[in-house]
Amino acid sequence: MSQAAAVGHAAVDTYESPLTPESWSKLAMWIFLAGDAMSFGGLLAAYGALRYGSPNWPVPMSVLGIFMTGVMTFLLICSSVTMVKALAAIQDGDSRRMCMFLGLTILGGITFLVMQAFEWTHLIHEGLGLSQNPWGASQFGTTFFMTTGFHGCHVFGGVCYLTTILIQGLRGKYSRTNWSSVETLGLYWHFVDLVWILVFTFVYLV
Amino acid sequence: MDEAQRRQEHFQDEHVTTLHPNYMGVFWWLLALTILELLVGSMPTGPAYPHTAKVLMLVSMAVGKAALVALYFMHLRFEVRTLGIIALTPMILCVFFLFMLMPDSANR
Repeated sequence: MSQAAAVGHAAVDTYESPLTPESWSKLAMWIFLAGDAMSFGGLLAAYGALRYGSPNWPVPMSVLGIFMTGVMTFLLICSSVTMVKALAAIQDGDSRRMCMFLGLTILGGITFLVMQAFEWTHLIHEGLGLSQNPWGASQFGTTFFMTTGFHGCHVFGGVCYLTTILIQGLRGKYSRTNWSSVETLGLYWHFVDLVWILVFTFVYLV
Repeated sequence: MDEAQRRQEHFQDEHVTTLHPNYMGVFWWLLALTILELLVGSMPTGPAYPHTAKVLMLVSMAVGKAALVALYFMHLRFEVRTLGIIALTPMILCVFFLFMLMPDSANR
């Protein structure tokens, strides 16, 4: 390699990214989320198509517990707020506050999962299954359990991810100059919240 | 010091002050829209309140809430436009898929 070429090569900043200058992991998370959004989009599109083509689709509000699901939605919104507060805290250099807000976010996620397990148990006892539905079209059970179950898996994964970052935070890994992992975690958690907003509307309310 | 930390410190040398959006303001909007959604969803449909109008209102509110989360909590409003295009592409494709499936559903 000539000296000029070597100098030219060295002039390139290997740490520079035009889309997310603060971290590569953030860009990677965005690309992952775009792919994941396609999975959820496919499930919701299938739900819409099956419902549109079915003459005896049950009215979701009459068979699903809307009040409890409303509380679950409120919980996820609150956990999104605690997540952004955790990020804001570490950006201001307050690690203890970040850990407190991450703990609250985990609590919100676990409560959501417990409520979802309660809802599923109740519906299964009522006779709703993957291939059976006492209130009409059998595809209702299939799409309901697939969509809410896939989302529940994401919440469970998020709780594990949050716990990992919290443990690292308690060990002092994050500071005012090192918070990119917390921001990346936040993107994932907000995505889970965003998807639930759509699932809540399409599966429970419409 | 790992690579991610070096990159972040390099970034923060140029961006010393971190300004936070009004997260609580966004929270109150989300809460208000959720309550409104529950009210709109629980109202019985009829000639004066057609199902299509109900669906349109519910979907508009859901899209509004999703946009608030993406723009402020996920900071998309403060990112470069290309990142917004990456985020928006799957949404556009999903709407496209839905409309592609509609004729098939109608003929079942």
